[in-house]
Amino acid sequence: MRRVIIGTATCGVAAGAQRVLARALTLAEGGGLEVVEAGCVGVCYDEPLVEYINDLGERRLYGKVTPPLLDRILAQGDEPDPALARHLIRVNDGPDRDGVFAHQARIVLRRCGIVDPGSIDAYLEADGFKALEKALGMDPQAVIQTVLDSGLRGRGGGGFPTGRKWGFTAAQPSPHKYVICNADEGDPGAFMDRSVLEGDPFAVLEGMIICGWAVGADKGVIYCRAEYPKALVRLDAAIKQARARGYLGEDILGSGLSFDVYVKEGAGAFVCGEETALIASIEGKRGMPRFRPPFPAVSGLHGKPTNINNVETLANIPWIIQNGAAAYAAMGTEKSKGTKVFALAGRIKRGGLVEVPMGMSIRQLVEEVGGGVPEGHTFKAVQMGGPSGGCIPATMADLPIDYEHITQTGAIMGSGGVVVMDDSTCMVDVARYFLSFTQAESCGKCTFCRLGTKRMLEILERITEGKGKHGDVERLLALGQQIQSASLCGLGQTAANPVLTTIKYFREEYDAHIHDHRCPAKSCASLVIYRIAEENCTGCTLCAKACPVDAIEGERKIAHVIDEQACIRCGKCVTVCPTGVVMKL
Amino acid sequence: MSDRFAEALWTRKGERGDLIPLLQAAQEAQGYVSEQAMEAIAEITGIPLAEIYGVVTFYKGFRLTPRGHYVARVCTGTACHVNGASELESTLINEVGVERGQTDAEGIFTLEAVNCVGCCSLAPVIMVNDETHGPLTPRSLTQLLKRLRREAKLAMAPKEAP
Repeated sequence: MRRVIIGTATCGVAAGAQRVLARALTLAEGGGLEVVEAGCVGVCYDEPLVEYINDLGERRLYGKVTPPLLDRILAQGDEPDPALARHLIRVNDGPDRDGVFAHQARIVLRRCGIVDPGSIDAYLEADGFKALEKALGMDPQAVIQTVLDSGLRGRGGGGFPTGRKWGFTAAQPSPHKYVICNADEGDPGAFMDRSVLEGDPFAVLEGMIICGWAVGADKGVIYCRAEYPKALVRLDAAIKQARARGYLGEDILGSGLSFDVYVKEGAGAFVCGEETALIASIEGKRGMPRFRPPFPAVSGLHGKPTNINNVETLANIPWIIQNGAAAYAAMGTEKSKGTKVFALAGRIKRGGLVEVPMGMSIRQLVEEVGGGVPEGHTFKAVQMGGPSGGCIPATMADLPIDYEHITQTGAIMGSGGVVVMDDSTCMVDVARYFLSFTQAESCGKCTFCRLGTKRMLEILERITEGKGKHGDVERLLALGQQIQSASLCGLGQTAANPVLTTIKYFREEYDAHIHDHRCPAKSCASLVIYRIAEENCTGCTLCAKACPVDAIEGERKIAHVIDEQACIRCGKCVTVCPTGVVMKL
Repeated sequence: MSDRFAEALWTRKGERGDLIPLLQAAQEAQGYVSEQAMEAIAEITGIPLAEIYGVVTFYKGFRLTPRGHYVARVCTGTACHVNGASELESTLINEVGVERGQTDAEGIFTLEAVNCVGCCSLAPVIMVNDETHGPLTPRSLTQLLKRLRREAKLAMAPKEAP
């Protein structure tokens, strides 16, 4: 039977996948067509995505599908319609139009966008729970050894060896232990966990159950952000099905293992991604970090030994158990094994999720996989690691991506968000942006984090407003160091990273703002002057109509002029000008 | 007090860890966490009211005032920021006529911000209730708001008696 697989992850739905799905369901009423909902295959720039499988079993992946286009896709016989070639991304597993898949090695994302995340049968058909069966036949210690040998490191950002973490919890003699899946993906610009939860929730559950067997835990908790409503729905459905089939609950598969999982919904606090704050939040308290030790492995949730892993880390586990540690360790670099999922976003042509072996260079990731920055712009930097990370300049883009190399630059690997920046991005504004984030998200426990980030933000705000003072950069450096050394948790310790790295690599932009009152990227509103190139202005009056403060004067068919005093620099005139003659100076 | 919240109060055992789920149930039922709801939770769980207030104000997800028909949240994540989220927010503020954190007089829109909704490749986006819209320009956002306003008015109009 013919099938269509429609990507209805959050990104797909935002692009209009729901309308395509509705159309497909109407068409399916006539029979002879099966409609499957799946997660995101990662080609987010081309959403909504539809994979069409004809009677011969040939799979064709189409991008930017609308309901009328779906009709034409389905009207095709065995011979493909050449008029649809523009939308065709790839045929079967062959090379794809944009070369996005060519560099990828998909372990965590292997089922995302392909297998129905809402059906346990579909998961079982795609080798689901095979790893669990194998693990339950192994000694728990042997499972931990396999994870240790694979070289897998924490994908949430810390990069701590997962096998060692499991070993700590396993060594505790307590009869009750917890496994927590950290799905509080808070880094702005990172969405791999959302995609895995929406696209392959059973794999995360399988990873958790295997972990439960290895460390001797009887309960699992998934702490998921409330901002991911679709992930919550799919997780809930997956847990119910797994329980009904005996993969969760008492005596799983006759092994004697009793393990159940429930979901805790976050309430909107970035700091809850930190493990001790996360535990406090599950316990119903304000999510504030506490001093370690004791580490959660010794005394975690409700005082019991607790193992916390990130979504991506757990989603790697079934593959490692099934294919062996050596196969995983064969990928990557000396100290960073396996693959990593990156969320490419920002000023990039082909934003989306990609999974590549560790050790790929930043340049290859941005230019070959992501297609580079938009036409007419130049690649300037990547921001890695979110608010805890830093900016790496394009001049260092040949660096291989692994934990060690990224840390050396002053950034961190983090959860894998890669926000690309080009010549239109102001690095001082980027630093200000991240500081405003951490300042708002600081829980307030440590004085340096609470007040220091506020002071740094004030300095950065005045610099971007053209009111920077001599010595401001030195003040930022000093404050940054103090916050780093006097904060309890990762949020404070890393809060200054975006500022410190932009000062390190883009000092000249700070100086231009402070001393020349100029924003080289023409991005900081207070430092930009809008002017109309009068010789080319057609006098269409659109800009004058759009201006909210009536700062543009001019008659019909006569060149218009902007009153610099009255202009509030909102940029509306640039947006509406049909001939593109409004310039930023 | 709504039935759903009352049901949550009954089914939860009143353990400390139930506090946040209870507050979420209250907010889902009423659109915000009312003083009355906090008092009811304090009674069931035995947690002091002051502490409950401390938890409510710690998390951004909780609201202490009634919300509009739609909660429109501008994503202020990194990718949206570099792709013009601030322009979207000023459009939103201009069109709705209230600042971030406020609700318009008709009770249609409540404006909020969200750190990141994980739709970075469609940046800039806004989230309206549970639905994400993107990529938006000031112009397409204005159209979206017009459509939503129309739909809200229909939904909010008093039902005619049968």
